[in-house]
Amino acid sequence: MKPEIIFRSFGYLTQAAATTVAVSFAGIVFGFMIGALVCAARVSRRPWRVRLGAVYVSVFRGVPLLVQLLFIYYFLAEYGLDVSAIVAAVGALALSSAAYQAEILRGALNAVPRGQGEAATALGFSGLDIWRRVLLPQALRISTPPLISEFILLIKASSLVSVVGIAELTRVSMNIATQTYRPLEAYVGGGLFYLAINLCLAGLGAFAERRLDEAGAR
Amino acid sequence: MTVDLFWHYAPSLLSGFGVTVLCWGVGGALGLILGFAIALLRRLRIGPLNWLLRAFIELFRGTPFLVQLFLLYAGGPSIGLRLSATAAGILGLALYASAYFAEIFRGGFAAVPSGQIEAAISVGMRPFDIMMRVMLPGALIAVVPAIVNMLIILSKETVVLSIITVPELMYQVQTMAAETFTAFDAIFAMAVFYWLLVELVSRVGAKVESRVTAFLAHDGAAA
Repeated sequence: MKPEIIFRSFGYLTQAAATTVAVSFAGIVFGFMIGALVCAARVSRRPWRVRLGAVYVSVFRGVPLLVQLLFIYYFLAEYGLDVSAIVAAVGALALSSAAYQAEILRGALNAVPRGQGEAATALGFSGLDIWRRVLLPQALRISTPPLISEFILLIKASSLVSVVGIAELTRVSMNIATQTYRPLEAYVGGGLFYLAINLCLAGLGAFAERRLDEAGAR
Repeated sequence: MTVDLFWHYAPSLLSGFGVTVLCWGVGGALGLILGFAIALLRRLRIGPLNWLLRAFIELFRGTPFLVQLFLLYAGGPSIGLRLSATAAGILGLALYASAYFAEIFRGGFAAVPSGQIEAAISVGMRPFDIMMRVMLPGALIAVVPAIVNMLIILSKETVVLSIITVPELMYQVQTMAAETFTAFDAIFAMAVFYWLLVELVSRVGAKVESRVTAFLAHDGAAA
């Protein structure tokens, strides 16, 4: 074990870590948008929308992420869309994460006491206002800790996009391993970076949860 | 993709599926045993050991499975651990799963009401009997849904083994795709296949769950 290999490639790994965070963050943001739509479909009153939302969640949670990623990658190529691998990577992360986020949001909406919506209706709030002022603020607050957990999962899942050639942490660790013939040090280094990122996020999650408990106790 | 082509590759696809099931089954079973052992050892509350086990769990839950596999398969030989791709894959799955299973079992033990343990102590049961007759029955039932869920997640993780060249289904499909220039169709078929498989496993899991916890519906009010 030669730890100096890790120190020497510290800058390289830091850059790669930034890419990992950026790709995952893009995935979580786009995933949130799609997930919100899927969630809206699942709580709507039209049966076909509910069915469609359920199928989306079942497919994107049931098919392994690596298969989804390669499918999107080859799908774009098959139809002559000459886009860079990063689009396939972020797209796959977002589509897959959307299924999980839709379920998180749905759970949070269900956790808002039913009486509150009814009370708002009784007070004469319009449908839009009920969503904007009563349901959404509370649902978003409830869903914050699980969304941060989802972000941690996505950081780990983003290691798979190394397969389509994105220079994120896993890919760069591979490069360091082949350049230095020191795979042990290279992957320990990469792993430590993942661990650091996730510990920070877990801390953020714990902080959010504490704040929520305080807000709930008040 | 023509039907002829499919028949030509059927044996390799079938063997790939066999390797997938083997890795999933053996990796999952080893992970369960190891995870249970970790959860038991943590109950002993020996300071340094506890610290070590927590570090193990955090390490395996905080890093990507793919990086763990690379570390085991490519980094292993540096410390004298030479494994074939399949062995590394199974060991990797087992270690990764054990960290999650350990936390699931810990939660299961925590779910046993402390009054039951105190009652067992007060009627003079030995610690071993308390474990076997009071803690385990309660804990094992409580963890069934979480374990079924984790096994489903694990079945999807086996696909990642293809990256370190374990000849499982995904690997065989990619080989076929590369040799026949049918990447799109092959991956599409793969997606459909996995979706059906995971749906099936989830359904079976739900059956098992309701079967095992059926008695809770009757005396659940008392618990």
